[in-house]
Amino acid sequence: MARRDEQKRPASPAGVTDPSAVLEPLLSRRSVVVGAALAVGASVMQGMAAPVPQARPTPPIVPDGPVPDPTTVLGRLPNELGVRSQFEKAKRRPSNTSSQAPLDDLYGAITPSELHFERHHGGVAVVDPATYTLLIHGMVERPMIFTLDDLKRFPSASRICFLECAGNMARGAKEETRAQQVCGLTSQSEWTGVMLSTLFKEVGVRPDASWFLAEGQDAAVMSRSIPLEKAFDDAMIVYAQNGEAIRPEQGYPARLLLPGWEGNTNVKWLRRLELSTRPFMTREETSKYTEAIKGDKARQFSFVIDARSIITSPTYPGRVEKGWIEIRGIAWSGRGKIRRAELSFDEGKSWVAATLQAPVLSKAHTRFRHLYEWDGTEVTVMSRAVDETGYVQPTVRELVDARGPGSGPYHLNPITGWRFRPDGSVTFRTEKWA
Amino acid sequence: MKRALALSFVLITAAACNRADAPPSRFGFGRAATPAEIQTLDIDVGPDGVGLPAGQGTAVSGAPVYAAKCATCHGSAGEGTPIAAALVGRIPNDSFNYATSTGGDRRKTVGSWWPHATTLYDYIRRAMPFDKSGTLTPDEIYAVTAFLLAKNEIVTDDFVIDAKSLPAVKMPSRDRFVADDREKSNRVR
Repeated sequence: MARRDEQKRPASPAGVTDPSAVLEPLLSRRSVVVGAALAVGASVMQGMAAPVPQARPTPPIVPDGPVPDPTTVLGRLPNELGVRSQFEKAKRRPSNTSSQAPLDDLYGAITPSELHFERHHGGVAVVDPATYTLLIHGMVERPMIFTLDDLKRFPSASRICFLECAGNMARGAKEETRAQQVCGLTSQSEWTGVMLSTLFKEVGVRPDASWFLAEGQDAAVMSRSIPLEKAFDDAMIVYAQNGEAIRPEQGYPARLLLPGWEGNTNVKWLRRLELSTRPFMTREETSKYTEAIKGDKARQFSFVIDARSIITSPTYPGRVEKGWIEIRGIAWSGRGKIRRAELSFDEGKSWVAATLQAPVLSKAHTRFRHLYEWDGTEVTVMSRAVDETGYVQPTVRELVDARGPGSGPYHLNPITGWRFRPDGSVTFRTEKWA
Repeated sequence: MKRALALSFVLITAAACNRADAPPSRFGFGRAATPAEIQTLDIDVGPDGVGLPAGQGTAVSGAPVYAAKCATCHGSAGEGTPIAAALVGRIPNDSFNYATSTGGDRRKTVGSWWPHATTLYDYIRRAMPFDKSGTLTPDEIYAVTAFLLAKNEIVTDDFVIDAKSLPAVKMPSRDRFVADDREKSNRVR
């Protein structure tokens, strides 16, 4: 510290002895608050009792001109809430009904909570945690009401898993499409809460119950019927995400978590669970989230997310240079662990296994990477996932053959790819659907 | 006798250990829900009609309700707009070849894709109108339900929809929905 200071720090204004006189001009954007903090500091130095400052400096904004040498500027003081660097621009891509996570801007396995995709049907509900309750009733021995504090008293569990909207595929995307736009309605968090089986044991599920309704308290009063077996498999009621209370967009203060199942069933702002002998045939499980299949039928209660993958780097609008390129992406499956993530450089004729980043968790986004030496000629790189059940991520053609060209828009998980062009540009590998 | 005593000591010790280590079958957290509390929240309507309240309506009584509270988003005849789905429309002969058809006129409407009439009541009560959900009376919901069923040529304009008649309405797509079978194999389905 001293060495660097002697070399780089410019001389203090001559004759100045009051430290606040030096600091004030350097901190002009937050002068009022910092001034108050400094005043408090000064009073402490004088041995007077001082209140804890209630307000702290606001985050700095990007300066208009060049960034000054940071060794010459006193940095921001400790703060109550952290903010990301003002130079980072990763953003969700919102529409009227959802926002896509910036897959191509993310690293590692966890999606930052503020960048987790959104999908809701009646806007983001505002729920007061002090008055929040969860009612469990129907085919139970003891209908009960739990407050948020009650839920937190039960034995807790944490789990890292992905959450993905069932309608997460941009069919017919053009070349100038980001990974975020192709399938950005998937994200991963560490969720913490209570196992649903713990709560169901508390209320006593009657032997003839086989389904339960999960209901939210948003403006859509979202509701889905869930088979009871899932409750005793791995379902949770979660109140925390990535170490803090779950975000309002994710159902604050508590939501249902059904690992590996389509996002809509993970009901947010959860207020009620009703056990029953049959499904309730809500709108979301009849007229929505059902997909046409061959034989003039529609598939219903299609919960599990099939295995899929996407390369997140290099992708449009990024660029590539001749030489070594680390191809990076994520692979995941609602049925369990990813066994392999594979890449093809010859339009799917042959596949090479990428390296999986440990730990490989069940029903979780799994990072893969592969070193590739690019010679500068045009090449298309595609990825596919294979999960522990042996399910192999299909091509568009295989999906269309299995279900019909008019199926969808749900549970579409085709192999995708990116084209490296001699000019260094990278474009999405376009494909016809029908 | 000695052996029996020793054995019972072991069993008692084991039981004590269990009590300390294993979770109890119940924790005693939370409280009993009263019938009134349950009734307030228990709004769901099942395909068998369980949960439908008293009240009634016809397409005739539903037309002004629809015009005032639904038409702005869904179109005056339920044809849909850029911001809300089409609600009205049958496919000739109720053909359901959505998956194999490449034609563009396979719209999913109440008449073509909703398998249960009860879902209309349940969903309208929950979520409609979009910006004022939860404001319709039971008679208004029954009437709008009757209006949509009549527009889809499933009931007549004077057909009275109530708790008894609604679950008995047979929807054109009722037998088209099948359970997911993807996890029965690791092949693409």
